[in-house]
Amino acid sequence: MTSQIPAIEALHVTRRYGNTVALDNVSFTVPQHGIVGLLGRNGAGKTTLMSILTGQDRADAGSVQVLGHNPYEHPATLGQITFIRDNQRYPEDYKLRHALEAASIFHEHWDQALADRLVDLFRLPTKTGIRKFSRGQLSSVGITIGLASRAPITFFDEPYLGLDATARQHFYDTLLADYAEHPRTILLSTHLIDEMESLLERVVVLDQGRVVLDTDVAEAKAQYCQLAGMRGAVEGVVGSAAVLRRHEVGGLLSVVVASPLTEHMQQAAKAAGVEASPVSLQQIVAALGAADQDVAAA
Amino acid sequence: MFDESRPIFQQLAEWLEDGILRGDFVEGAPVPSINELAAFHRINPATANRAVALLSDAGLLEKRRGLGMFVTVGARETLLRSRQQEFATHFVTPLLQEAGRIGLSRNDVIRLIEQENQA
Repeated sequence: MTSQIPAIEALHVTRRYGNTVALDNVSFTVPQHGIVGLLGRNGAGKTTLMSILTGQDRADAGSVQVLGHNPYEHPATLGQITFIRDNQRYPEDYKLRHALEAASIFHEHWDQALADRLVDLFRLPTKTGIRKFSRGQLSSVGITIGLASRAPITFFDEPYLGLDATARQHFYDTLLADYAEHPRTILLSTHLIDEMESLLERVVVLDQGRVVLDTDVAEAKAQYCQLAGMRGAVEGVVGSAAVLRRHEVGGLLSVVVASPLTEHMQQAAKAAGVEASPVSLQQIVAALGAADQDVAAA
Repeated sequence: MFDESRPIFQQLAEWLEDGILRGDFVEGAPVPSINELAAFHRINPATANRAVALLSDAGLLEKRRGLGMFVTVGARETLLRSRQQEFATHFVTPLLQEAGRIGLSRNDVIRLIEQENQA
């Protein structure tokens, strides 16, 4: 496993379910070692993409490679992967220890001490059957397995469902600390973008099965800005820049535009009495997910 | 700790600069490691690395092999000079703009500064 091989490479991946196109010609590359966010609205194709990347589903067209191999029915590659789904099922009679033991068998880098620490932090019950666990407790089991597996390629699909604020903080802190000591590739999907943005180095944003953004987080934020004020004034400053999202109430208008917040734009905004500001990653992702609807409606 | 005004790595770089100016990080002494900065601020280590690289490129931090990053001798003086140069743009200009918007004259502003100074 040399570091030149990308961790993940998707080339022109298309997946259809009947008449629905879940993934439409998706291409992107994730180099080894990094925490990458897979973002987008419900139904954007995130889970489908993760399923294909982890060999649990196959593309109708295009190809995926994980550490240089197609993961589908390739045990050596699958052994390098952990996939924590939001709806993981466990056998009826399983207790926590059975789930952890099963995971430890499949992952050569398994760290039992880390698993024990997480079980403690999440206050997971050890005597109750997993089938009686709450949504948040199930998420905690997934996070424990996902981190303690220490797999070179780790996928988390909305790992935080039902988790309280303290538990989420434990997750983020442990993720960062363990990642720092054992660098690996972590691809995680999330809707809690404001909360998790600072953990991410790169983002891939999907909308309606297509990649609409694939870049460094700081770069992404430098490509957009927000303008708000009286409608006429805002429209004057926007000029020919591409508007992703319009939010209009009465004579007031705010827009997210695909344009850097340049000195020129700041001066134009100031002169027109328009407020020009940077946008958060969450605002960008929300705008990308609504772009066609908002602008068409305007 | 960070806001949306600028990229996180720039805000962390400024946080480190503030620490040097305040004397939290002393010349010739080490600053927290990349992993410590990442863990403390709950940010990606690559982001912490970019912030440290900014200060290192500016000659404010230096790498000591196997020991980490140290505050360069003279870093505080360099920072003081550059912050003094930026003071007018960052503080005085916005102050006078706001004063103008709300109808305070230059003399009013000067009087207020003197009052505040005595308080």
